[in-house]
Formats: sequence, structure tokens, C-alpha cells
Amino acid sequence: MAEPALSIRGLTKVYGNGFQALKGIDLDVQQGDFYALLGPNGAGKSTTLGVVCSLVQKTAGKVKIFGIDIDEDFARAKYHLGVVPQEFNFNQFENVLDIVLAQAGYYGMSRREALPRAESLLRDLSLWDKRKGSARMLSGGMKRRLMIARALMHRPRLLILDEPTAGVDIELRRSMWDYMRRINREEGTTIILTTHYLEEAESLCRHVGIINQGEIVRNTSVRELLAELDTETFLFDLAAPLAHVPKIEGFEVKRVDDNQLSVMVHRGQRLNDVFEVLGREGVQVMSMRNRANRLEEMFVSMVEKGNAQQRNGQKGGSKEFRG
Amino acid sequence: MNPSQIAIALWTLVVKEIKRFTRIWPQTLLPPSITMTMYFIIFGNLIGSRIGEMDGYSYMDFIVPGLIMMSVITNSYSNVASSFFSNKFQRSVEEMMVSPMPNWVILAGFVLGGMARGLGVGIIVTGVSLFFTRIEVAHPLLTILVVVLTAALFAIGGFINALLGKKFDDISIIPTFVLTPLTYLGGVFYSISLLPAFWQGASMLNPILYMVNVFRFGFLGVSDIPVGWALAAIMGFIVALFTLALWMLENGKGIRS
Repeated sequence: MAEPALSIRGLTKVYGNGFQALKGIDLDVQQGDFYALLGPNGAGKSTTLGVVCSLVQKTAGKVKIFGIDIDEDFARAKYHLGVVPQEFNFNQFENVLDIVLAQAGYYGMSRREALPRAESLLRDLSLWDKRKGSARMLSGGMKRRLMIARALMHRPRLLILDEPTAGVDIELRRSMWDYMRRINREEGTTIILTTHYLEEAESLCRHVGIINQGEIVRNTSVRELLAELDTETFLFDLAAPLAHVPKIEGFEVKRVDDNQLSVMVHRGQRLNDVFEVLGREGVQVMSMRNRANRLEEMFVSMVEKGNAQQRNGQKGGSKEFRG
Repeated sequence: MNPSQIAIALWTLVVKEIKRFTRIWPQTLLPPSITMTMYFIIFGNLIGSRIGEMDGYSYMDFIVPGLIMMSVITNSYSNVASSFFSNKFQRSVEEMMVSPMPNWVILAGFVLGGMARGLGVGIIVTGVSLFFTRIEVAHPLLTILVVVLTAALFAIGGFINALLGKKFDDISIIPTFVLTPLTYLGGVFYSISLLPAFWQGASMLNPILYMVNVFRFGFLGVSDIPVGWALAAIMGFIVALFTLALWMLENGKGIRS
């Protein structure tokens, strides 16, 4: 089997003030995967990725990028790595083309080699027309795309995206998703993504790791995780206002407003039973959707359980969530 | 990285630094030329004509090497201090840190950028001085060697300052409270032979005195101190500070958490 794109063993980070951000985490991301690293603020996501990118110094543990131990040959490992950080970290006073060309230069790419690559990426990300403009004149979405172009200049095999679509409008977010899917599918680039938009993780990623309080509490496929959902809440948009809330045996039905019902469906229950009762009572359903993002429900439940156990002082309680 | 890739990375960084200070030339290149013109007019022409000779040379001829050196020192230092600190502040230093560039290349890139500005300003000031006096260089190679080494030394100093700095104030403290007084007391405007014995001894502890004196020796052929000693001192400082800066970079001081 091929070496994982990223392999982490026993990674520990204790900051100077004594705060233990990472408590010996283990993590593997296979080559070609699209992987989401999720967790609440302060859980340890950025610290983990910071160690991988050499922005944070680890206290203990091993990190390998495509089998290359970063303690032995970080420079060689870095060739495989592209990083899109959460915050804009380019010189805002430089022009767009200079920023991506400088990045290529840092990886030893000659200008002759870098120029066509820069043109291709900037065109793909709709920034070519802005190439001579100062980066500070770009909109927030353009700046995000510029960081993606910059990270891809040296053709990394592993791309790390730390909240790449934060603050980006929906249309742009969708186009960025398409682009990320494309480079993952067509170029085989392994992508690790952190995001607060769990819809994004559900839509893009094949595997997911959930980190909480410096520990990986779950590492599995998105499909397996969603299969564990016990309940889902569906919203039914109705053709006409409801006279009364219909009773459906075994289901929890609530009125949201006159034209909308919410129905909680447990695992094993059939939606057909709901439609049968609604049809019998003359209630016409125009459309139906999940009330909340499914992964989000799962994530919140896991984090809350973990935090409650932590508060109760159950030593090693979060192990319950390990996959 | 292989040697050719290292050369590309270093060149990228140096060009980027040169582009930076030339892009903002009204802040970087123009002010020293104005300030030095004022020095030449006021100290050289107006006051200097009343002072007479210093070490056997007209006062204007005496201060020209010191003023050129003062510009080189200040600009080499402040270029690297402000550029690297801005990179830290805007986090664009991360671009370099995540790349496979060796730390010595990052350090050398910024130092060469700072030297380019220091020497560029030195050339401008030399050009300005030609309006006031006729320059003759007694030892051209030595003059070039000293000015290049001094620019390198202070560029490295600026880098260390930027690494340690946590806010913008931190990168102006050293130039204001250390560099400027040492430069003014480093024999730019006077020969230390004019000082009482105690202050002559105290002046020998000022490293800038050695640089100014050797540079003046290159121009005029006179110096208050032995040239060999001064060159050795400058090179010793360069090796020590470069090693310190590299060690700080390797250990992520001021840039890695």
C-alpha cells in the first residue's frame, strides 16, 4: 500500500504558557483523499496543520509527508506541500503576478517555468485580468483565490486549506468547491480541509477527522459517520395552511408555521409512513428538506458529549468516540 | 534544494527586497539625500569654513566619508528591520517558512536586500557630496570592502532586531537610542585625537568608530586607529551576528509558536 500523504503519530504540542494544545494525536490521510479536519475553535486543528507546515514547533511526535519524516528532511517534505492559511498572508502592496511568481521562486522554479504556470492558475481562478494590480485592491474572495493559486504554483501533492471559504459568498464558495474537486479528481492532489461550514465537509470530503480538546475523537469516512445518525429532522413545505397538526404514530411532528411541518425521523423509520398519513388527511406536500445539515448535528452532538465528559472528570472519556 | 534552485530562491528574495524599497523611494531613497545635503551645507560649508582643518584635511573633506558611512549604516539596518518586521506583521513570512528554502537563504536574501539599499543610498550621498567637494579615494579597494562589510553587518543587526520585535516601536528603539548616538560619537564629525585621554579610551569601545575610521582611511589615507584591527573587528562582528541570526531562525525565535 502506498505511503499515506500525511501520517501523524503521537503529536503533542505544549505552548510556552503550559497549555497543551495537542495530546498525542494519531492521524493518517491517504493519498488522493479529500479529508476534512473538523473541530470547535481552539480544538487543535490549526496547531496540527501548523506543525505539518512548519509554522508551529511540535513538542513530541512524528509527522511524515508522503513517507518523508519532517525531522529528517523537512525541505524535501515541503516540496509536496501547498498551504492556504486561514488569514491573508501575502504582502498586500505587491501585485498579484509578483506574489505567485515569488512563491515559485522560493521553491526554486525558474521564471521561464513559473510564468506559464502562473498564467494557467490565475486564468483558472479568474484572476488573470487582475495580475498587474496591487493585491490590496482585490475583493475578499479574490484574495482567497490568490492564496489558492499561490499554494498550487509548485504543483504540491498535498494541499492544506485552512478555512478556505470563510467569509466568501455562496456563489464563489460553490465555484471554489468545483475547483477543489477538480484538482483532487483530475490531478490526484490530496486535500486536507478545515472548515466551520460542515455542509462544505459533507459535500466535498470522503473522510473526516474530528478533533476536540487536543484529541482526535473520530476518524472515519463521511458516509460511515452519517450512517450513524440516529435521527434526522425533515421540513415539509405545504400547499395550503394547516388546520391542525396531524398525528403520525411513532413520529414527532411539530408545526413550524401555518405552511410548514417538521417531522423527526428515527433510524429504521420509513418516510413513506409519514406521506401515507399526510395524504390520508389531505395535506399536500410541495417540497421537503433536512432541517439542519446532518453532519453538523452529528458534530455538535459529539463535541457536546466530549465536553460533558471532560467536565465530569471522566478520565479518557473521549475515547468512547474513537473509530 | 540543489544549488541552482537555491540560487533562484535567493535571487527571488533579493529582487523582491530591491523592488520593495525602490517602489517606496520617497520613503527610502529621497530622505537620506535631503538630510545629507543639509549636513553638507550646514556642517561642511557654513560651520566647516570656520573650523578649518581636521587631521590635515578641510572639514568638508573630513566629514564626507563619515556621512556616507552614516547613511549606509542607517539604511542597511532600517531596511531589513522594517521589511522583515512587516513580513512578520503581515504574516507573509509564512510564505518563506512553508517553502523548502534553507534558513540561511532567507537570512542572506534579506541581508543582501538591506545592503543594496544601504549601498544605493551611499552612492546617492557620494553623488550629492560631489556638489560640495572633490573626492579623491586613496585606497579604492579597501573603501569598497569596508563599506560592503559595514552594510552587511548592520543589515544582519536589523534582521535580529526584526526577529525580536513584537511591535513597530521595537524596530525604532535601536536605531534611535543606540545606532544614532554611536554613529554621532563614532568620529563622523571629529577626530578622536581632539578628545581627552579618557574619552579617547571610551570611544575605542564604540564599534562604529572603527568602521568610520577605516572608511575614512580608504578615502583620505588617515585614520585614528589601526586599519587591520578595524577590519578584523568588523568581520568578527559579522560572523558572530550572522551565526546568532541563523540560530534564531533555525529555532523559530520570534516567528514560530
